[in-house]
Amino acid sequence: MKNRAWLFLLPALAFMAVSAIIPLVTVINYSQNYIFAGSMPTFVGLENFVEVLQDPQFLGSIGRQFIFTFLVLLIEVPLGIIIALAMPKKGNWVPLNLVLLGIPLLIPYNVVGIIWRLFTQSDVGIVPAAFNGLNYAYNVTLNSGDAFFTILTVDVWHWTPLLILLSYAGLQAIPNAYYRAAAIDGASKWSTFKYVTLPKLRTVLTIGILLRFMDSFKIYSEPLLLTGGGPGTATTFLSLFISRKAESYELGYASAASLIYFFIVLVMSYIFFQFISRVGRGVHDEG
Amino acid sequence: MMKDKKDKRIGATILLIIYFTILIFPIYWMVNTSLKYDEEILSSMTFFPREITFKNYEQIFTSELWMESFANSLIYVFMNVAITIVVSVPAAYAFSRWNFRGDKHLFFWLITNRMAPAVIFMIPFTQLYNNLGLFDTHIGVSIAHLLFNIPLAIWILEGFMSGIPKEIDETAFVDGYPFHKFFFKIFLPLVKQGIGVAAFLCFTFSWVELILAKTLTITDAKPVVVTLTVGIGAEGVKWGLLAAAGVLTIVPGALVVYFVRNYLAKGFALGRV
Repeated sequence: MKNRAWLFLLPALAFMAVSAIIPLVTVINYSQNYIFAGSMPTFVGLENFVEVLQDPQFLGSIGRQFIFTFLVLLIEVPLGIIIALAMPKKGNWVPLNLVLLGIPLLIPYNVVGIIWRLFTQSDVGIVPAAFNGLNYAYNVTLNSGDAFFTILTVDVWHWTPLLILLSYAGLQAIPNAYYRAAAIDGASKWSTFKYVTLPKLRTVLTIGILLRFMDSFKIYSEPLLLTGGGPGTATTFLSLFISRKAESYELGYASAASLIYFFIVLVMSYIFFQFISRVGRGVHDEG
Repeated sequence: MMKDKKDKRIGATILLIIYFTILIFPIYWMVNTSLKYDEEILSSMTFFPREITFKNYEQIFTSELWMESFANSLIYVFMNVAITIVVSVPAAYAFSRWNFRGDKHLFFWLITNRMAPAVIFMIPFTQLYNNLGLFDTHIGVSIAHLLFNIPLAIWILEGFMSGIPKEIDETAFVDGYPFHKFFFKIFLPLVKQGIGVAAFLCFTFSWVELILAKTLTITDAKPVVVTLTVGIGAEGVKWGLLAAAGVLTIVPGALVVYFVRNYLAKGFALGRV
């Protein structure tokens, strides 16, 4: 049986070796060399890592990335729950709501970029026109704050539906008897939400938060298409920063930065993975 | 009490109407723009095209560059989905049915690849592909995308397969079914919903992926997502054309959703999507 398991895994592992292990080994190798624009690599040990960790631009992009991801979760999770609670539980409107929510999720990232670029262009966009009406000179290519919050708005627009759908699925799974029991006990609306609804949503919310954490942490296409990382470095998030370094052939530096990036993702994934499997078990024990 | 409840319902409905209007408006604006002449797009902001034109769509369908880009995307996406499903089904079966040394660790390692930012793999893929002659080829891009799609497919399929009781396997073997016959005739039909969900997600991922597709292609395998980004930034952006191309890139995803719509509901219920 044991040998058969490995036989079944072999094709998948063979492909993963080509597309995951070989590249990772290459990155580790590069990260310890000084390589610039096709010159012969020189071994420099951990020097690249020291350079990366002392580079204010790299540290700045990490900080920006954490702030962005934190804001994404802070807005999308409560908004997702509120809209899910407002949706009708049954009836003719349910399928329409679900279809509308599904549409943004289907749109390729780069098309999302184009839609919002159409929206925010200073000459033809509707957003600058609307802000002008409010006497505010919105300009996504000149004002850092405008650029940052535009990217944030795009992410909230694109991905809140995922959290709504997950929360809605979670809400549907709560038996009505729970609410009736809470009403008989004279619980207020807030405490019903806090002690009945929220704990039951924990599993779906953990999955939603995990997916949103991972994907917003590697945001790339939206700033590339919408702001090009600017103005200045206002929307140069981690993926964009490293890809710029790689495109300018600073391979040693980019490799070291990539590994630090991967390490952060790995640690976060491990924590989330442990948390999810514990929550999963907890739910299993109850039911 | 009744009045209170009715007020609440009205409040919720108003909230939903506002939210859905904001949600759909950007998409409407893209469709709206794609049906306008460039002069109208640049001169004024109109909520309906003054004169509907299909000129932008016509330009895409008669342009070799755009049509080739769409074809390139479809070719490597289908290659990727085919390879992913063929290798992930047996692997997921092994994870769901047998305990072996290190299986938990192997599973976690696989998932971490799904979570890894693509940008990390940009440099090594370029070097590796130059050496192997895979640079700017369809099969090259599809293999690069396996990095994310195999873990995702195994993750989803393992969930579906673990939902099928092991007794089904055992009964079949007791009845004297050879393994391959059991696997293809009995087991696979039971998990076809899972295969549908996995194929859909792999399709959308490979279709929208930009970093690796952009890095690993120049001309021969250049996908539509890259052609779209090149169209921006050049002097005199053709907004109508870009909007039309944007509308067209949503079509394949919408078609796939239409075909797997029943499977998706179940995938969602499993909480793995």
